[in-house]
Amino acid sequence: ILKNNLGMADAGVAETLLRRIEKADGGVDSLEVASSLGVDHQVVVGAVKSLQALGDLISAEQRSSKRWELSEEGTEIAEQGSHEARVFGSIPLDGLAQSELMKLSFGKIGFSKAMSNKWIRLDKAHEGGPRIFRTVDSIQDQVREKLVLVQKGSSSQLEEKDRNELKKRKLLSEVTVKSYWITKGSSFSTTITKQETELTPDMIANGSWKEKKFKPYNFEAMGVAPDCGHLHPLMKVRTQFRQIFLEMGFTEMPTNNFIESSFWNFDSLFQPQQHPARDAHDTFFLSDPALAHEFPQDYLERVKKVHSEGGFGSQGYKYDWKIEEAQKNILRTHTTAVSARMLYKLAQQKFTPVKYFSIDRVFRNETLDATHLAEFHQIEGVVADYGLTLGDLIGILHQFFTKLGITKLRFKPAYNPYTEPSMEVFSYHEGLQKWVEVGNSGVFRPEMLLPMGLPEDVSVIAWGLSLERPTMIKYGINNIRELVGHKVNLQMVYDSPMCRLES
Amino acid sequence: MPTVGVKRDLLFKALGKTYTDEEFDELCFEFGLELDEITSEREIISREQGDSKASGASDVILYKIDVPANRYDLLCLEGLVRGLQVFKNKLEAPRYRRVSPVSGEPQKLFITKETAAVRPHAVAAVLRNITFTQERYDSFIELQDKLHQNICRKRSLVAIGTHDLDTISGPFTYTAKPPGDISFKPLNQTKEYTATQLMSLYKTDSHLKHYLHIIEDKPVYPIIYDSNGVVLSMPPIINGDHSKITLKTKNVFVECTATDLTKAKIVLDMMVTMFSEYCSQPFTVEEAEVVYPDGKTCKYPVLYSLQPSCAVESTEKIAQLLTKMCLRSQATGVGDEIEVEIPPTRSDVIHACDIMEDAAMAYGFNNVPHTTPRTYTVANQFPLNKLTELLRQDLAAAGFTEALNFALCSEEDVADKLGKKISETRAVHISNPKTAEFQVARTTLLPGLLKTIASNRKMPLPLKLFEISDVVLKDETKDVGARNSRRFCAVYYNKSPGFEVIHGLLDRTMELLEVKSARVDGYHIQAAEDSTFFPGRCAEIFARGKSVGRLGVLHPDVINRFELTMPCSALEMDIEPFL
Repeated sequence: ILKNNLGMADAGVAETLLRRIEKADGGVDSLEVASSLGVDHQVVVGAVKSLQALGDLISAEQRSSKRWELSEEGTEIAEQGSHEARVFGSIPLDGLAQSELMKLSFGKIGFSKAMSNKWIRLDKAHEGGPRIFRTVDSIQDQVREKLVLVQKGSSSQLEEKDRNELKKRKLLSEVTVKSYWITKGSSFSTTITKQETELTPDMIANGSWKEKKFKPYNFEAMGVAPDCGHLHPLMKVRTQFRQIFLEMGFTEMPTNNFIESSFWNFDSLFQPQQHPARDAHDTFFLSDPALAHEFPQDYLERVKKVHSEGGFGSQGYKYDWKIEEAQKNILRTHTTAVSARMLYKLAQQKFTPVKYFSIDRVFRNETLDATHLAEFHQIEGVVADYGLTLGDLIGILHQFFTKLGITKLRFKPAYNPYTEPSMEVFSYHEGLQKWVEVGNSGVFRPEMLLPMGLPEDVSVIAWGLSLERPTMIKYGINNIRELVGHKVNLQMVYDSPMCRLES
Repeated sequence: MPTVGVKRDLLFKALGKTYTDEEFDELCFEFGLELDEITSEREIISREQGDSKASGASDVILYKIDVPANRYDLLCLEGLVRGLQVFKNKLEAPRYRRVSPVSGEPQKLFITKETAAVRPHAVAAVLRNITFTQERYDSFIELQDKLHQNICRKRSLVAIGTHDLDTISGPFTYTAKPPGDISFKPLNQTKEYTATQLMSLYKTDSHLKHYLHIIEDKPVYPIIYDSNGVVLSMPPIINGDHSKITLKTKNVFVECTATDLTKAKIVLDMMVTMFSEYCSQPFTVEEAEVVYPDGKTCKYPVLYSLQPSCAVESTEKIAQLLTKMCLRSQATGVGDEIEVEIPPTRSDVIHACDIMEDAAMAYGFNNVPHTTPRTYTVANQFPLNKLTELLRQDLAAAGFTEALNFALCSEEDVADKLGKKISETRAVHISNPKTAEFQVARTTLLPGLLKTIASNRKMPLPLKLFEISDVVLKDETKDVGARNSRRFCAVYYNKSPGFEVIHGLLDRTMELLEVKSARVDGYHIQAAEDSTFFPGRCAEIFARGKSVGRLGVLHPDVINRFELTMPCSALEMDIEPFL
């Protein structure tokens, strides 16, 4: 809100103030101006602020001074007289019953003071009860006079002992007052031109804007928030990752199938049936529909054989492979299940090199904590071509992460049932001053690719990472529940900046 | 990934070199290990049980090292040191040999046919003239435990028993008997128990209770006797006390019983290759003979080894690299071929590609030159995701804020709370949810949005939210019996229901999708009954004659069940028909 209106009421004070400044040697004090004009100090302060808003008309320097001020009781006395004077004033010539006097608000205090001033006397034995009479014809209400001096701002005319006496009676107190020392500004003038607040259609039409002066805006204030909707930060990051893959020529895989058979999720990836990842405490199994009922039979037989007996240059795992395990439906634990379906499909045609990517939900029946949920988004990239090497994988990882603004990478040997070699990707985190894991990668095993029917000299390289982790780092979120799910803080969604990953 | 705890100083002594923590971390990284934690016994106890319990515990520094899940040969100090020493060219990879006893027949283990019903396989071997120290003994026990937890799948696939051979006399018999007929003094007990008694005794044993289920319900339990009827072990639960190993033990009989023979052979190989180092003739293992019910015999350990060959470039260099990884190799001289000898410790090597990985590791992943694949491809977006991306942008521009909710939820969320029966929902059900939050996959996006509002009641009104995401529905026509369906859902929450706002959003959405307002060939809405909505305030959305969703003012009961207080209107529709 722009507070720059110079109200009509202040205009007169402001003009008077300007004239005073013109005449003054050096400058004027806002308090003295207020006192001499007989207006409240705040009115002068308002005028100062308004004048300041008009440019360099004046210059005002804030200073503080001590001043005596009346208390509430003191103000009452200054206006209506001291309690003792009011007692004196309320007694008629024929006296007043003491009981009547005590009914008055000032009666009790005023009575004792007036008595000690010997302005009145008490006739206790009067018939009809104790009665008070004047003892003098007139009085001088010095207390009131002194307080009026203070009220006028002339407390310096009082003697110190009087001030202390009045202070003791809680009629006065010393306060610190902030005032302005006002001097001429660089464009000082005693006339104020009326300023327009805003440009109007009329002014544009009749050209009057050329003659008018406009009030300055307060550029310190915030603007009005636009009325708009917002995209979710995790989805904003997803959009950027999609963009990166598309820039690199990767085609998006159809990952809209959360329910997957164990066959495509594990067996086709050469993940043995006793592997711990296939346990109930790592994977969500379905009770309805519990089993998948359709598989490419030839391929299934080849998968069974490579697990249980080996083949394609492999010893295999040599165990009793069971179709019952492969049939079990689960919530997919990785999008690599979709990559397996895509590579199988690719192998059924005349081979052409492909680059695939996906970003979608995967599910783990894991223990939950501040950084782990039962579902998260997996980002995956896959390249299939003749003669791809480990150097190609490292090269493409560098290209991919460079697009994310990550240039320092190193690779750690790791184990994964369906890739060989397997590499964990680490990047140097400048903030944490250490290497942090940013993804996983590898070359798909021949035991996975050859049963699908892909040519022997085709290699497939792949890498993956989670979408949540880079998003939490990007947006400075520590608890994943504040980002994903219904406990999200909508204010965070409203306030989150756009996602630019390059820096 | 299993974690192995080793005493730092002991490790450095065995490696013949002292490293700084950083140097050792670096070495681990190159070798594919991870120095996970530097701690001490006192620190671990103090963290897990409090400071008071930790007083008097050892301050000796422990390295906790993460080992890849397939490298069983690195699960103990002996194996780790051997692997690293060879990697650093400080040691020649040992060659493990199976030998016959110096005098007499090999130890024999007879398997009877009764075992077929419970645990049909057994293998065995002997470590002759071994010298234990306290540290070696501890490591020996620890390795059994690590193998049990990992490759043995908590003893269900394989169970290991180790015995002081001088306290028992072969031949041994591996059989199975009803639990009532088995009676012996188990390890670290003072009296005999029947197997039935043992099972109830161990019900409360924090360690052993986890293995009871493996045989509990079987009519017969596996049991191994010596020739005098002394019980060696009742696998996979407990060994007999009689034959227990001590620091003084000189000759060790190792048996592995199993439901998976391949794994039993690997486990036996691991046990004997790791600890044959301490035999008077290092790296030799005395064979044992297993006699099957059909009279066939087999000698163990297999010391399973492979001699595959693969074609590579610069054979000499590759052979050197592989030798660094305990894979003795030499160029055959035939073309680019090299012959590689895979020791029994490397059960993870099952294909030439595993050998190539070791060559790459020895070379150093980080020394491999970067190349760029020349794969030329044109990128395509998945059409459904492309539509979703475009629509999301425009819905935010229409003033609605995007929410992101879980695909899993409770039955109540998608049924009772919306005034529906779970049987009407076509929801897929999860058989093993840890909590009610993961009972079903959502069949509608609405509950997620209402819960998002409930968590954000402090925010200024109105709240205008949307989500475009997948729900999951049972579908017999799919191979897995279920499919995803891409939905668009929006809610308006304010002091007044704002049906016109949600209706306006529908109109805008249709405009974006280029579907005009028309009964034929366009879209229209028409009054409908739905228990989720307030009576008379619900309409069905038809596009090109097909029902695609609903919109309306929510029923007050629905609002209450989601802990909301204001009127709310909502819209949910399929977007796949607009592709």
